Amino acid sequence: MPGTVQSIERAAAILRMLAGGPGRLGLSEIARALDLAKGTTHGILRTLQGVGFVEQDRVSGQYQLGAALLHLGTSYLDINELRSRSINWADPLAARSGEAVRIGTVLQGQVLVVHHVFRPDDTFQTLDVGTLLPLHATALGKVLLAYRAGSPRDELTAYTRKTLVTPRDIGAALDRIREHGWAADIEEHTLGQAAVAAPIRGYGGLVIGAIGVSGPVERICDSHYRPHPHLITSVRDAARAISREMGAARQ
Amino acid sequence: MTAAPDRERPAARGRIMTERYVVAIDQGTTSTRCIVFDRRGQLVSLAQQEHKQHFPKPGWVEHDAMEIWRNVERLAPRALRRAGITIDQVAAVGIANQRETTVIWDRRTGVPVRRAIIWQDTRTDALVNSLASDPRAAAVAEISGLPLATYFSGPRLRWMLDHTPGLRARAERGEVLCGTMETWLIWNLTGGAHVTDVTNASRTMLLDVHELDWSAEALDFFGIPRAMLPEVRASIGAFGTACQAFPGVRIGAALGDQQAALFGQTCFTPGEAKCTYGTGSFLLLNTGTELIRPGHGLLSTVAYQVAGEPASYALEGSIAITGSLVQWFRDQLELISSAPEIETLARTVADNGGCYIVPAFSGLYAPHWRSEARGVIVGLTSYITKGHLARAVLEATAWQTREVVDAMNANSGLALKTLKVDGGMTANNLLMQMIADVLDVPVVRPLAVETVSLGAAYAAGLAVGYWPDLDGLRRNWHIAGQWMPSMEPGLRDREYANWRRAVERTFDWIQPAQ
Repeated sequence: MPGTVQSIERAAAILRMLAGGPGRLGLSEIARALDLAKGTTHGILRTLQGVGFVEQDRVSGQYQLGAALLHLGTSYLDINELRSRSINWADPLAARSGEAVRIGTVLQGQVLVVHHVFRPDDTFQTLDVGTLLPLHATALGKVLLAYRAGSPRDELTAYTRKTLVTPRDIGAALDRIREHGWAADIEEHTLGQAAVAAPIRGYGGLVIGAIGVSGPVERICDSHYRPHPHLITSVRDAARAISREMGAARQ
Repeated sequence: MTAAPDRERPAARGRIMTERYVVAIDQGTTSTRCIVFDRRGQLVSLAQQEHKQHFPKPGWVEHDAMEIWRNVERLAPRALRRAGITIDQVAAVGIANQRETTVIWDRRTGVPVRRAIIWQDTRTDALVNSLASDPRAAAVAEISGLPLATYFSGPRLRWMLDHTPGLRARAERGEVLCGTMETWLIWNLTGGAHVTDVTNASRTMLLDVHELDWSAEALDFFGIPRAMLPEVRASIGAFGTACQAFPGVRIGAALGDQQAALFGQTCFTPGEAKCTYGTGSFLLLNTGTELIRPGHGLLSTVAYQVAGEPASYALEGSIAITGSLVQWFRDQLELISSAPEIETLARTVADNGGCYIVPAFSGLYAPHWRSEARGVIVGLTSYITKGHLARAVLEATAWQTREVVDAMNANSGLALKTLKVDGGMTANNLLMQMIADVLDVPVVRPLAVETVSLGAAYAAGLAVGYWPDLDGLRRNWHIAGQWMPSMEPGLRDREYANWRRAVERTFDWIQPAQ
């Protein structure tokens, strides 16, 4: 049997103590009760606070269980929070790429568009926040699929001749996405349209969404029908910046 | 590893050698930010630090000016590091700041004599009432372009002089200096230049908005010794070279935050307007080099001035509480754990359930200007859930905007065709749709929501020749999002009537002290 990790055991003890206690507890109280050095206890509390499992009262400085613990079983992500924290990075991506930007997350087996930045050419466009897109036929969706447990087992809808429909094709595509850290959709959902997307990560590296650019295939892709490298770089940079904003560790 | 992603990019590495940037310091009500912008006006990096809000008594709100300056010192290297650039790549620094917040400090030690009194503070209520009965009050309102109200810096300065032992004598001897936040920051950045810009000066009630210099009459009216005031300069020009935080970099511009946002939205032509949704919300309409006599509860204010050129003016509708109502909902009622969750909660219900919240926390600003008003929640029944309250919170911002737009249309004789919006609350799609619905005009968000910082950066870049002219800046402006009105007119009218009845219920709540 592999050895246990002491700091995780201590963190669990702190959480149990906060859950069992009468209310908020101070640093010294916790350290004393668990017979730990104050510095060690503080380090663990700060880490737990960072992932949202513990909250510190602003006035008293005392600790209590955090809201994130309550949502632990429900894959909780507030989509409005995601949009709010992404907005500063989605705009420069649109400016740099010259293309429309969308951010998506998974809702009931589909991609829910939670943020949309217009292609910056001042033509008439309509916000499609709230729109649902297929997971298997879009760059955003494939990114979201690639980092989820389990993959589609049934034959899927073909939107164009290029849509991946067999579990085997999709499985292979998802392997490549995980390997490279980005996904493309080249006329797989709409003829003449292409897209590039990358994962947005939250605490502990968990993928919580995807950000991508999309546009006419001749602008997104080069003469070899592959996405322009500079677009891939810009999308991945934006994804990393948002991930940092959402609490993912710096990599 | 703390390297910013930009550093890992070969493309970025090439850029590091050659490109130059402009940095904006956005000294806001709840936080201070340093933002690095590139030549296309795109955000390259951002560093932000909140500062403590002090509420010593009901109606009192203060900031520690020293804490804010230390934050600037800390944020400057952080912003540059995140952008992966060095100080010699910074072409200029521009400042945008919370307006009307007032600080007095010791000229010799640089230490503030007391905490800064911020724009939301209403302690000068009684003072303003007594000043209002002075026969000279009307002339001062005319000179300054502002109604006599607790909102502006002049009464605050007077209050500090009256309530800090020995301060008046020291002010008269020139031992203490005063300023709004840009003055405080420039004094610290440059190691002693005591200057302000016309936009900030135009919010004190001490400036003659026609002559663009301190008015002897207004100073006399408020009892402010001239020796403590900074020199008034054009917003875009020369404020000296920094020796702290950004050593060696020229400070090219200073603007009040709302004027900066107007500039960042490239509203350079008369008739162009924007509304910034932050702690409070501020709708500014460029009126050109002509100062329009304000009416309908609006203010006339300086929009910006390029050194050596005539000033551009603006009509302003100020709303005290919008984003801060959401903060109150989060921090005081604890019904949500983060500001964006208000939208999630509001979407759990289809309408407000008959409930309205009028956030007259520190009185009402435009178009009412009722300092004795206090907030109400009306229409409460046992049917109301926290979802309805969340909706009422957002609707309060939408209806307050409608009141200001109505006043603006009446005052300027022009009907607003679209509303350009910016600020943190533009991330709230439900709110943006509500605003389009209640105004019955499209609401447009530009490709940069950080328009306050962008405006400061644009102005500073313009001052040092980083950007050649206003047209060049205009070409950077693009539509990032648009919300079209879709509310049934009958419903709009009924809801507006309800809102107005709710507003009336806030009036006359604070009784004059006996």
